[in-house]
Amino acid sequence: MNVLHFVGAFFGDGAHWHGYDGIPTRLLEHLRYSLVAFAIAAAVGLPAGLLTGHTGRGGNVLAFLATAARALPSFGLLVLMFVLFGFGLVPVMVPLVVLAVPPILVTAYEAVRSVDPSPVDAARGMGMSESRVLFQVELPVALPVVLGGLRSAAVQIVSTATIAAYVSLGGLGRYIIDGLYQHDYEKVVGGATLVAALALATLALFWAAGRLAVSPGVRRAR
Amino acid sequence: MNGLFDLPSDLQHSYPGLVGLHLREALIPVAAGLLLALPVAQLCVRLRWLYAPVLGLTTVLYAIPSLAFFVVLIDYTGQTETTVMIPLAVYSLVVLVPAIVDGVRSVPQETLDAATGMGLGAVRRYFQVQLPIAAPAIVAGLRVACVSSISLVSVGMLIGNQGALGNMLYTGMTYGRPRLIWLSVISTAVLAVAVDALLVLALRLLTPWMPRGGARPARKAAAR
Repeated sequence: MNVLHFVGAFFGDGAHWHGYDGIPTRLLEHLRYSLVAFAIAAAVGLPAGLLTGHTGRGGNVLAFLATAARALPSFGLLVLMFVLFGFGLVPVMVPLVVLAVPPILVTAYEAVRSVDPSPVDAARGMGMSESRVLFQVELPVALPVVLGGLRSAAVQIVSTATIAAYVSLGGLGRYIIDGLYQHDYEKVVGGATLVAALALATLALFWAAGRLAVSPGVRRAR
Repeated sequence: MNGLFDLPSDLQHSYPGLVGLHLREALIPVAAGLLLALPVAQLCVRLRWLYAPVLGLTTVLYAIPSLAFFVVLIDYTGQTETTVMIPLAVYSLVVLVPAIVDGVRSVPQETLDAATGMGLGAVRRYFQVQLPIAAPAIVAGLRVACVSSISLVSVGMLIGNQGALGNMLYTGMTYGRPRLIWLSVISTAVLAVAVDALLVLALRLLTPWMPRGGARPARKAAAR
C-alpha cells in the first residue's frame, strides 16, 4: 500500500502542522474560499430557483442558463479570470460560483415545481399569501431535494477550490500543486487526502442538516 | 482569422489534433461508465435492497475531488491519459447509475406485462421495451456526464500535460498569450455544448414516439 505509506509520512511530519504552509492555515484558507463561493452561489441560485419553481415559469430559460454554465470549464475559466483580473480572490470566485449555481438553481426549481398541488391549493384556500405558501408549504415539502442541490454544489466547490493554488492562492491545493512541481509525492498525496476528507465532511454535514431541518412528516413520506 | 488557430510547437499537436484528443479523453470514459452502469443499474432494479447502499457509495465516490483522484492514481498509472480517464469513468458511472435505475423503474407494470404477454423473454423485454422507454432518463444522465467530463479533462494539464485543450492554458500563461487561454476556454465550452446538442438530437431520433414542442413528460428526470 504505497499511497497509504505516503499519507502516513505526510501527516506524521510535525513540520506540516504549523506555520504559514501548515495544515491549519491551508485548511482555513480552503474553507474561506469555499464558504464565500457557496454563499454567493446560494444567494444567486436559491431565490431565482424558488421563485421560478413557485410561479412555474421560466423553466426553459433556466435550463438553458444551467447548461451554458455547466459547459464552461472551471479550470480554463480560472486561468482566464487570472489573466484578466490578476492576483486576488475574484479569479477564484468566478469559476466556483459558475460551477455551483446550476445545481442549486435547477434542483430548487424542480423541487418546488413538483410539490403536490393539493396542499398548495389548500393553503391558498385558507387565505395564505403567496410568500407564506412558498415558505410554509412548498419549501418544507421540497426541502430534501433543495438540500440535495445545495449539497452537490457545496461538495463541488470544496473539490474545485483546490485549483485556486494554480493561480498563486492558498488552500489545500497548495500541497498538490507545489508537490507536483517539487516532485514531492508525499506532499501531493497528503494534500489530496485532505481535500477528499473535507469533501466527505461536507457531505456528512449536509446529511446531518437534512436530519435536523427536514420535517419528520416529509421524511416519512419519502 | 490569420493565425487564430496556430499553436506553439511545444503543445505537440495542431488545433484539430487537440480537439480530437480532448474528445477522446472525455468520451471514452463516459462510454466505459455507461457499459459498467447498465449491469449495475439492472442489478439494483432486480434487487431492491441493493439500491440504497449503491446510491450511498456513488454519492461518496462523486465527492472525491478530481485533482485528488488524478494525483493518487499517478502512483499506479503514471502521468498518462489513463490517469485522467479512470476518474472520469468513475464520475460517469456515478451519474449514470441513478439515471438508468430511475428510468428503468419508471416503466409501467402494465407495459411489462403486455411485453411478457406478447411472448418476449426477459432479455428481449429489457432491450426492446425497458431500455427504449428509459431512454430519456438515460440521455439526461449522459448529458450531465459528457458535459462535466469535457470540462474536467482540462484539469489533466496539471498531471504531465494530459489536459488536451487544457494544455493551452499553461502555454498561454507561461508565454503571456491570452489568445491561447481564450481559445482553450471557448473551444472547451463549444465542444461541451455541441456534444450536448448531439445527445438531444440523438434522443429525438431514438424516441420518435415522444411528444414534441416543449412538453416535458418526466418531471424528476434531471434531479442531480
